[in-house]
Amino acid sequence: MTDMTGAEMVIAALADQGVEHIFGYPGGAVLPIYDALFNQDRVSHILVRHEQGAVHAAEGYARSTGKVGAVLVTSGPGATNAVTGLTDALCDSVPLVVITGQVPTHLIGNDAFQECDTVGITRPCTKYNYLVKNVADLPRVLHEAFHIAASGRPGPVVVDIPKDIQFAKGAYSRPREFQHRGYRPKTKGDLDKIKEAVDMMAAAQRPLFYTGGGVINSGRAASDLLRELVKLTGFPITSTLMGLGAFPAADRQWLGMLGMHGTWEANWSMHDCDLMIAVGARFDDRITGRLDAFSPGSKKIHIDIDPSSINKNVKVDLAIVGDCAHVLEDMVRLWRASALVPDKKALEAWWTQIGKWRAKNSLAYRNSNEIIKPQYAIQRLYELTKGRDIYITTEVGQHQMWAAQLYQFQEPNRWMTSGGLGTMGYGLPAAVGVQLAHPNSLVVDIAGEASVLMTMQEMSTAVQYDLPIKVFIINNRYMGMVRQWQELLHGGRYAHSYTEALPDFVKLAEAYHAHGIRCEHPGELDEKIREMLKVNKPVLFDCVVDPAENCFPMIPSGRPHNEMLLGDAATRVEDAVTEEGKVMV
Amino acid sequence: MNTAATTHYPAMTTSQQVESRTLCVLVDNEPGVLARVIGLFSGRGYNIDSLTVSETEHEEHLSRITIVTRGTPMVIEQIKNQLDRLVPVHRVVDLTSGGPALQRELAMVKVRGKGEHRMEALRLADAFRARVIDATNESFVFEITGASDKIESFVNLMRPLGLVEVSRTGIVAIGRGPEGM
Repeated sequence: MTDMTGAEMVIAALADQGVEHIFGYPGGAVLPIYDALFNQDRVSHILVRHEQGAVHAAEGYARSTGKVGAVLVTSGPGATNAVTGLTDALCDSVPLVVITGQVPTHLIGNDAFQECDTVGITRPCTKYNYLVKNVADLPRVLHEAFHIAASGRPGPVVVDIPKDIQFAKGAYSRPREFQHRGYRPKTKGDLDKIKEAVDMMAAAQRPLFYTGGGVINSGRAASDLLRELVKLTGFPITSTLMGLGAFPAADRQWLGMLGMHGTWEANWSMHDCDLMIAVGARFDDRITGRLDAFSPGSKKIHIDIDPSSINKNVKVDLAIVGDCAHVLEDMVRLWRASALVPDKKALEAWWTQIGKWRAKNSLAYRNSNEIIKPQYAIQRLYELTKGRDIYITTEVGQHQMWAAQLYQFQEPNRWMTSGGLGTMGYGLPAAVGVQLAHPNSLVVDIAGEASVLMTMQEMSTAVQYDLPIKVFIINNRYMGMVRQWQELLHGGRYAHSYTEALPDFVKLAEAYHAHGIRCEHPGELDEKIREMLKVNKPVLFDCVVDPAENCFPMIPSGRPHNEMLLGDAATRVEDAVTEEGKVMV
Repeated sequence: MNTAATTHYPAMTTSQQVESRTLCVLVDNEPGVLARVIGLFSGRGYNIDSLTVSETEHEEHLSRITIVTRGTPMVIEQIKNQLDRLVPVHRVVDLTSGGPALQRELAMVKVRGKGEHRMEALRLADAFRARVIDATNESFVFEITGASDKIESFVNLMRPLGLVEVSRTGIVAIGRGPEGM
């Protein structure tokens, strides 16, 4: 117990909770906390250019490290600017503690300068939030905020601190083990149910693992256990956008991403399987497509730490509430101990069928010698960076889907993208946070020119802190995904999806004191990517691509998995059998 | 092209029966807790037919919220799970599916009138075991407790007799038998 001001308690609590970097932007109502940040070296502050950028940077930091991301913003506009980031973090289950300044307690409700109802505004977009009205509560609230953000299904927590509380003196206490009064997420799965799941798996003829971001959130051990279980069973595995990297893309049992822009083999396997084992995935509408035609013939097992994810969209046959790592550990153990032998013949036939779907080569596209195809740009980026210590972030749209389809993730926590909320402008600030956490790694934001302009100002942050992020802009001058939908579903009426006036990204880079590169021809792509990788400062890479390219495969909304649209380069032979498919077990 | 194909989202497919449920929710009595519960209902498009709240355990600062809601079985399950994951929520109990339960409401009914109307109002109040808790030369306030339909009939009977206004608590509920929630 030490006497200190509320502002000093904030710094002490951050340091005690292991926060090394806090992303923020000062303002009137947080000045005491900024004062406490001054002349101390326990917590380093990263000055962003917009509060939304602070939250996304903290998300990138959190998702690439598994730690809680921390943010500090002022009252009123500081808090409202953070709302998009908070909602993003809630949708994608990213652990954050966001500290907001508030007008002094006696002015709350008075329409004071830069006052807003922060707890009211952020209630639906946080896992939990606090307004601290007594300095004696502050240490407990701060430590509790970290506990709630990181435990169970992770999420953002807001702590709103009025300015007078920041000035007030009180006794600080360090974090200690405690039990929350009501909040006690269940982490261990019910053993009987896990046993039942293992029995169902052993009896399955056409099984499939469908995994999601929950595996990544559960920590490295969950990914390792998932890999072990997939190897032990010999089952095929697909994953959502959020789950990429939990299972290595180079592995033969990997079917690629599923869902609206997933592979032919992943979606057909979902449709035709007889047992679906969902691990840390939430049956989102981008995954299921038309619900009444979603995987009609399968039994479904659902493992999730959040009971409200179960039976929300799709009724499952067996629900196991628990942390993925815990449940997978029990599953591996029980599978090893089980005397049941899977039907090898059936599994072989299943793999043969999957081989046929694979032969469709659904990610194929027609390349060109004249113009850079966006898929080609991402493939080259992958080829020239594979094997390196690399982290990828993205913005939202076509480029994001192509990155998910074509960049091959072998490890968890290497892929940071806005999945649930689909926030354009996520990738650049997220890359700032990732690079800060991994100063010696390569961090690339695969971007679209429209998205990246939404948070472009964070280039300035990257330059200020010597964060050599690479912003690889797939520039088709369109909001590509909007244009694609307009082409396919709105009669080619391209309402406001073309950007008439774009900045010169090379000059823009120079204006930020960063490095700019433009690439317009496929022939020079490799050389320019190598240049980007060589430069040890932030880079804006303007990759000028075919503006008309569409992202396939695609399940048009309202359709089931077996009614996918394919690009014209995919194999036409419906039932091509590959040798590959035959030998898989 | 049909509408399902032009929307960005899958069409609604459920055609399950809608049921009414009474849920009891034990929460920390802290600022904003009711806003969290109500915000959950409005934000996710759930119905609230009745809602009552009061602190029931003063030492522990626990409040009990009784909510009557409607939805398909899948939606009801969602409502319970969503409520349960709110940080200040301790327990959610479904009194409709969890065995026999008692449901009561209290209403105060103000009636204004003279002569025969006044006498009739008093007679009916007696039949319904409503108590007079305020009286003037031309008015009564009745207090009545009971199941909602009983209160509903009483109020309807008072209408032609000079009904002025009604104030109702909404439903409070408790399970039968020796066990607590």
